[in-house]
Amino acid sequence: MFGISFRPRKASPAQTAKERLQILLAHERAGGTSSDFLPLLQRDILEVVRRHMEISQDSVEVTLERGEELSSLEINIELPGASKLRGRPAT
Amino acid sequence: MSKVIVVTSGKGGVGKTTSSAAISAGLAMRGHKTVVVDFDVGLRNLDMIMGCERRVVFDFINVIQGDAKLKQALIKDRRLENLFVLPTSQTRDKDALTQDGVKAVLDELRQEFDYIICDSPAGIERGAHLAMYFADEAVVVTNPEVSSVRDSDRVLGLLNSKTYLAEKADGRAVKAQLLLTRFDPQRVAGGEMMSVEDVLEILAIPLLGIIPESTTVLRASNVGMPVVLDDKSPAGRAYEDAVGRLVGEQIEMRINPAEKRGFLQRLLKRTA
Repeated sequence: MFGISFRPRKASPAQTAKERLQILLAHERAGGTSSDFLPLLQRDILEVVRRHMEISQDSVEVTLERGEELSSLEINIELPGASKLRGRPAT
Repeated sequence: MSKVIVVTSGKGGVGKTTSSAAISAGLAMRGHKTVVVDFDVGLRNLDMIMGCERRVVFDFINVIQGDAKLKQALIKDRRLENLFVLPTSQTRDKDALTQDGVKAVLDELRQEFDYIICDSPAGIERGAHLAMYFADEAVVVTNPEVSSVRDSDRVLGLLNSKTYLAEKADGRAVKAQLLLTRFDPQRVAGGEMMSVEDVLEILAIPLLGIIPESTTVLRASNVGMPVVLDDKSPAGRAYEDAVGRLVGEQIEMRINPAEKRGFLQRLLKRTA
């Protein structure tokens, strides 16, 4: 309780709880950044890409990372590799 | 002027019914004519916490549906002159609550009582919505723990948008105050539990009271006595302070109000 702690300063569990809540609630209060739309976004992207090339149902991956200052939305689209393209009938 | 006060939280198990019972008993002790209404249709428990479970004949739903008069359903407390309980139905479901029905019952209660305490069910669906809809004030019961704080924040959003006062949009709003329950100062000191300041900073509403974690709460519920009637209980005394603030008194915020522990007990660090 008194004096100097020799352990390296690490955020207490209570501090971590508070910070996690502050970030989460800032987003939830804003409303618009709800992650409810992500499955719809994933479906739309899949649809648009499929207009131009053949990709499978599960090749679009959408992830959201919420930060305090900045949030990022990452969209990964996996395209078929050369091995799969080979051997197709030439058109 | 009567006041309708909803005791709500979103999350279950944080102490809504315990707090509803304690607050209503505390108000009655101060001489205010008070009724506490159970909105948790199908999972009624206020009757047990108030110790009147064997005296329930008619309930809130019977009154809404016109099968009984309000006077027949109200149970008078045997300990406190000014205290009444309106139990809910254990067999019906939440759809039995209608907005018009709830309004009619609350309007009739307003004629007779100074304070109408609405004990909300957990969640944010019909029962919880109607418990808060006609409220003038709200007591948001929160534990210093992430899921409870998050749910309280959600409930505060609903109080600001999905209530009669909010929808009427004439500038009045439901006055919401925080009741921090199951608070453990030792765990806060150890950095394990969020502090009062932490929770207040996040939720940004006035603090009504801090109820310390206490074994006397379980003891009181075991025997069907609102914990505020136990003047040896630190939780009971904290509720008494909170009730004082609720009626507008200036009472200093104490974590263990008016602790009356002997030297030996203090030596043994016993917390009741």
